[in-house]
Amino acid sequence: MEAEQWPEFGHLRRAMRRFVFPTTVAFLLWYGLYVVLSAYARNFMGTKVVGNINVALIFGLLQFLTTFLIAWAYVRYADRRLDPLAAELRERLEGGERQ
Amino acid sequence: MTSTARTLTIILFVVLVLVTLAIVVWAGRRTRNATDFYAGGRSFTGFQNGMAIGGDYMSAASFLGIAGIIALSGYDGFLYSIGFLVAWLVALLLVAELMRNSGRYTMADVLAFRMRQAPVRTAAATSTVVVSIFYLLAQMVGAGSLVALLLGIKEGQTFAGMSPNTAKIVTIILIGILMIVYVVIGGMKGTTYVQIVKAFMLMLGAILMAVLVGVAYKYNLSSLLGDAAKKSGKGAAFLEPGQRYAKEFAGNGTRTLVSKLDLISLGAALVLGTAGLPHILIRFYTVPNARVARRSVVWAIGIIGGFYLLTLALGFGAAAMVGSAAIAKQDPGGNTAAPQLAEALGRRYFGGATGGAILLAVIAAVAFATILAVVAGLTLASSSSVAHDLYAHVVRKGQTSERDEVSVARYAAFGIGAVAIVLAVFARGLNVAFLVAVAFAIAASANLPAILFSLFWKRFNTRGALWGIYGGLFSAVLVVLLSPICWGGSSSALAPAKLTATQAADCGVPVASTAVNNPTALFSCTTAAPIPFSNPGLISIPIGFILAAVGALTSKETDEQKFAELEVRSLTGAGAH
Repeated sequence: MEAEQWPEFGHLRRAMRRFVFPTTVAFLLWYGLYVVLSAYARNFMGTKVVGNINVALIFGLLQFLTTFLIAWAYVRYADRRLDPLAAELRERLEGGERQ
Repeated sequence: MTSTARTLTIILFVVLVLVTLAIVVWAGRRTRNATDFYAGGRSFTGFQNGMAIGGDYMSAASFLGIAGIIALSGYDGFLYSIGFLVAWLVALLLVAELMRNSGRYTMADVLAFRMRQAPVRTAAATSTVVVSIFYLLAQMVGAGSLVALLLGIKEGQTFAGMSPNTAKIVTIILIGILMIVYVVIGGMKGTTYVQIVKAFMLMLGAILMAVLVGVAYKYNLSSLLGDAAKKSGKGAAFLEPGQRYAKEFAGNGTRTLVSKLDLISLGAALVLGTAGLPHILIRFYTVPNARVARRSVVWAIGIIGGFYLLTLALGFGAAAMVGSAAIAKQDPGGNTAAPQLAEALGRRYFGGATGGAILLAVIAAVAFATILAVVAGLTLASSSSVAHDLYAHVVRKGQTSERDEVSVARYAAFGIGAVAIVLAVFARGLNVAFLVAVAFAIAASANLPAILFSLFWKRFNTRGALWGIYGGLFSAVLVVLLSPICWGGSSSALAPAKLTATQAADCGVPVASTAVNNPTALFSCTTAAPIPFSNPGLISIPIGFILAAVGALTSKETDEQKFAELEVRSLTGAGAH
């Protein structure tokens, strides 16, 4: 397989890494911030916003929201940008093997 | 528990066992080759696999444990569920699809792809079996106590001639036999369907209870929280972090620091461990291609996230409607919070005591199904690795037939099941809930570095994989062996515990003694732990990553050709099984 030299494969790898690496760093930092604030920023986390609902609860629910949003955004990106590239390469590779 | 509830619970348990056995026998008839046995024929849809992932992942620790922590310690239970959920993004973005494209049956297929087969597969199988056994022990010992609790068999009482102790042993053995039968007969297909059924039951049960809690509080979250805080006796602090983890100790900086770092350590293990759990990783092989694997993880994120949101209502609902004191009286660990809430809700909305008994029995059956599905997944993961990695590739060096390999896997399920039963029976009196967190920490320290470096780092090689896996594994276990889990003495870093009379007698100290930090420590409750952290992640995860990197850099072995092949395969799916 010399497919790793093909420009199309380079496109696919770059397209994948461009989304996956920054997003991973971002959500790990975002989660880390939540854990560190839970440990060290008690007063801030305990601030009441509406009724008995405080910052800690809203922050936690935001972690759920961002997880759902990132999952949705990734599927959209992968379906549109990665799958067509991967399918094309796969056909070329598997077609080549049969000859 | 009334005798009506007990009879109903037992009837539902029996029905559940019969239904799952029927499913497993049906699936077993459709299991013909190795791909069927290990990977369910790779024929599941995204939704089916998403449900099965949920069923595999949400253990009794998630259902009863998190609801219980919220009911007793308030907000801190939520910290657990967020770690368990966010972790799925690591699996979705970095692992699931690449793994699906480049492996066949086990985690080691990917790790050993471009390395020396025998040593890497041996290491991967070792860590797979260790992680799975730890996790299994936590589930089985937990199940023993739980069934005794759910059936309401108290100390000094007997049930069908059994004392609580005998009932625990019988439960552990029965669950062990069931999980072996599921795996041996049904393989991955049978296990998957059991997990799907469990996920349905768990979601329905949680939705039903959450809706009833909602009705009781007119869907006003703020008033539910307010009531929970008031009944807990802790006020607003009940709704903030810090009741259980990352506690503040006035005037003791070391102790406060240790408690806070322990929380961060737990968070790191939860978020990085999921994508290294072998029984989760093999689920990605049960779908036809990477696109379906992606969809199944997204379904799983929806199901798991939805469930954890519901546990918020269950936990705070139990605190508000049952009360922390009444829960702690039944089980100091809080595991009965959800069943007790079910009884209270049933009483209120389904016509008095009978309604309470019915809903309690239903939720007890859900908890039982939860345990069965998880232990089956764990047994399958470890027996697959023993057969496919150790037997087929290390012992027989790839020279074996599929038929042979699958029958070895079936024997391995017997062996691992038997070991787990024996260990669980011996450990039945211990507090083993910590083992789940330890399993996550090992997965994060030993498996995740090797997986990520294998997939993304050209320079990675055999020595890197071996140092990473063994280094992460041993450091995680060693830290636990030196931690307050094993040594219970108090020190400047560890607060003394308030002892009960029994605990003081067990430890051989007066009740007023301040020499004990953890009265349930495994080795000694008066010797102080050399390492004050209960969660090894913060120490062992960096060790795993650093050793994997150093090992790789100090070895000359590189195979650029093979890495190029792995990269092309993992990204395009060309040549995928």
